[in-house]
Amino acid sequence: MTSHQQPATSGVPLSFQETIFRLKQYWSDRGCIIQEPYDLEVGAGTMAPETFLRVLGPKPYRVAYVQPSRRPADGRYGENPNRLYKHQQLQVILKPSPADVIDQYLGSLAAIGIDLRKHDIKFEEDNWEAPTLGAWGIGWQVMLDGLEITQFTYFQQCGGIDLDLVPAELTYGLERIVKFLQNVESVYDIEWVPGVRYHDVRFKDEQQFSVYNFELADVPTLWKLFDLHEQECQRLLTTFAKRLCVLPAYDQALKCSHLFNLLDSRGAISVTERVGVIGRVRKLALGVAKMWMEQEAAE
Amino acid sequence: MSLPFLLEIGTEEIPDWMIPPAINHLRDLFQGLLDRTKASGTITAVDATPRRLVLRAEGLAERQPDSEELILGPPKSAGSGAAVGFAKKMGTTPDQLGTEISPKGEYYCFKKHMKGQATIAILAVDLPQLILKIPWPKTMYWNGKGSEKFIRPIRWIVALFGDSVVPFELAGVGASNITQGHRILGKSAIPVTIANFDQALEANGVILSAIKRRDKILSGITKLLSEPRPEGSVLRVRPDPALLETLVYITELPTPILGGFDSQFLTLPSEVLVTVMRHHQKYFSVEDEKGNLAPHFIAVMNTDADPEGLVRDGNERGLRARFNDARFFWEQDQKRKLEERLEDLKNVTFQAKLGSYFEKTARVVELVKQFRGSAHAQRAALLAKCDLTTDMVKEFTDLQGIVGGLYAKAQGESEDVSRAIYDHYKPLSMDGEIPSTESSRVVALADKWDTLTSCFNVGMVPTGSRDPFALRRAAQGVVRIVIEGQVKFNFPGMNDALREFMRDRVDYYFRDVRAFAYDEVRACIAAGWADLLDLESRLKRVQAIRHTPDFEPIAASFKRIKNILQQAQFSGAGQLGAELIEPGPEQELYSEIRRTDGQPLESRIAALRPKLDFFFDKVLVNAPDPQIRQNRLALLQSLLLEFSTVADFSEIVTETKNEKRETRNEERL
Repeated sequence: MTSHQQPATSGVPLSFQETIFRLKQYWSDRGCIIQEPYDLEVGAGTMAPETFLRVLGPKPYRVAYVQPSRRPADGRYGENPNRLYKHQQLQVILKPSPADVIDQYLGSLAAIGIDLRKHDIKFEEDNWEAPTLGAWGIGWQVMLDGLEITQFTYFQQCGGIDLDLVPAELTYGLERIVKFLQNVESVYDIEWVPGVRYHDVRFKDEQQFSVYNFELADVPTLWKLFDLHEQECQRLLTTFAKRLCVLPAYDQALKCSHLFNLLDSRGAISVTERVGVIGRVRKLALGVAKMWMEQEAAE
Repeated sequence: MSLPFLLEIGTEEIPDWMIPPAINHLRDLFQGLLDRTKASGTITAVDATPRRLVLRAEGLAERQPDSEELILGPPKSAGSGAAVGFAKKMGTTPDQLGTEISPKGEYYCFKKHMKGQATIAILAVDLPQLILKIPWPKTMYWNGKGSEKFIRPIRWIVALFGDSVVPFELAGVGASNITQGHRILGKSAIPVTIANFDQALEANGVILSAIKRRDKILSGITKLLSEPRPEGSVLRVRPDPALLETLVYITELPTPILGGFDSQFLTLPSEVLVTVMRHHQKYFSVEDEKGNLAPHFIAVMNTDADPEGLVRDGNERGLRARFNDARFFWEQDQKRKLEERLEDLKNVTFQAKLGSYFEKTARVVELVKQFRGSAHAQRAALLAKCDLTTDMVKEFTDLQGIVGGLYAKAQGESEDVSRAIYDHYKPLSMDGEIPSTESSRVVALADKWDTLTSCFNVGMVPTGSRDPFALRRAAQGVVRIVIEGQVKFNFPGMNDALREFMRDRVDYYFRDVRAFAYDEVRACIAAGWADLLDLESRLKRVQAIRHTPDFEPIAASFKRIKNILQQAQFSGAGQLGAELIEPGPEQELYSEIRRTDGQPLESRIAALRPKLDFFFDKVLVNAPDPQIRQNRLALLQSLLLEFSTVADFSEIVTETKNEKRETRNEERL
């Protein structure tokens, strides 16, 4: 019998905050650097450079961080109990993936109070692909009593580059998991800490960004910004390729990716444009990945 | 002495739908190994769970039989020096050499005695490669770039030959006698023997046999539903074989549980509820004694029990959230009518090269008009794709069309229009039902035909297993709707590639779905397939006369006629001149053709057959006089053409052939 089969806590469910602490501690104990969220708008934890760039090349790396993930089109003005414009992912990268990675993952569930002997856990096929990042992997969605709680991916390619070491990426949907553990119907009823609900902390963001993303964001301005960030990224990738500016270049690419999502949620990208715009972001991401690899090789 | 063999490939969770084909491949590959190495033995079982592929065999020889190989050396003419060299090379002495006479002369030779290898040694060498040869739809590597590829990481291997472990290593995993149990219920290191393997797994929460897992699910469901219900109602499960198969291969220890949902959700269309349960949650639907959807579901766990009801609660909450979403979508979507969504279709890509669904809609409406679709059908075609912009379809894509139909009805469109929208993706599979009304058939046909012609026009042609736009299914749908729905359709606007593609689909349909003989299908298609209903009736006629005594001989004669015309490179030009017909067999044939002109094929065959036989027996088509020769060819040509409107009989495979007679006329031409 392995450790994850032991109940970790008594019957009282953990708060949102405590759940995050426990997961961070758990992965810290297993050799992960604990990073803070990346400070730019991203659609998923994968896009933070801690994942996108660090999975490239032959250097081992282990990291865990919470990443607030913005998906403008998923906003619902704070009215939908399950959907958020910005949700929080706990992202774990184990590079290379250890042979017992799934056991380690199951242990993390025990650490946040899930007694697996009393629940039903399944690994259902779900391969992941992000065309704008030139990235894909093989994996599962992990189902706990019929609810998807984690995306588990063995990265195969990133930035169009075959990976030297295969990382395991664990992406926990924190709101989903805690909503489940606390047995509440709405994400806004999650107890962030005793006495403070998710609603108190996050409701205004949802409302206001939904208004902006769907109604007020100025489309010509967004396009202008997209062009500017793209140019800036390209400038760094071409003119200053030797000047160690991969990370700043990637920031510009991330800006473009987020602007693309915003334009999309405004319904501003036509059919004919869409493929082209995805291609523009992808080109930046691929350029950055290539430059990262070249600089890694030169070190 | 013969020994049993056991192989277990232990992996992380393999996608359920890939498992049954994989174990069949494993069986074939291992059979190949047995055949190749002459290890004899029989495969007794292959089985699998998501985490293990298992093969058992019995009666393998402990060693391969010894064998002898004849090795040719230098020619005898090269002299005894060469013989000494050869013998040395063979590890023997010259007196052990023999000679062998070949067409090139006499050679020294040596019968090399090959000692049979130990089977375990062969297995140790061959198994790693064999395992990696199992084909998968998509593979991954996990040990770093350039390392082995498999469907999911291999984490352990059990390989036993009798009591011995077959010593090999694959992807850093050494074969052993240690297996793993169920992730939660079992031990992670269990020593096993061939004899106790299944029991050891079962004691550790794993039912290896798919049949047993299937039975456990079914009997568990029966038990759940037979328990007395508080309100005294009767519940039945809606059978779903495909879902059952998924659940069998997604679990190692399946146990069904019964859950419920608030009956207020039953006001949502049952299509929506069932889709949510089936596709998103993998639940069986439950109905009452009248066949109406009941507010219950059956989930299948991958564990042995739910003593505190936590799993049921969790699933019920998950389902409630999904149903709430669905209700929210339903209410939101109603705020904008389908028609108001037409403009939005400009933002929904049909295909990059083919533009948006707005453009597609315009084309489909035109086709419906061209196919003389009713006003209702035209209206349905206009609205058919509008549901692609609804939240409901964005969330539950399998419900495209169905949601459009339900919304149309809720928004006051007529029953005929709503039904046509609802049905227009049908048939969804080879045995799925075709659209149920005239309007829905026209819309479904136009939609599919537009997809096919558009894709083929920009060169998007399915190749091998690659058919991303499901064009085969669309084409099959066209064929079935036209024939089974009795729709007049003439395949407008085909390019050559599409013509060939459709012809294949027509051929496939009549052969594999309708079970007509392949040569009858080929013969009738050769006589034209632009009108599928006509083709179907011709096929039925040919099938009906196939077993009449005159049919095969006449089919054989037509084959001859075709060969003769081909070899004569007969252009088909020139009038048939009655004055050039010779009295006797030729005249008799000619008269009989004229006499029976206009009669149905069935009676003409019996009448013409003796005349045709007589003609071929007595008359040389290749007459010395070119005029007479041309005339005879024209006579045969006209006969061929008349019959060709039904079928090209030369395509019929005949059992009785008179090769000798055939050659007589043909070779002299």
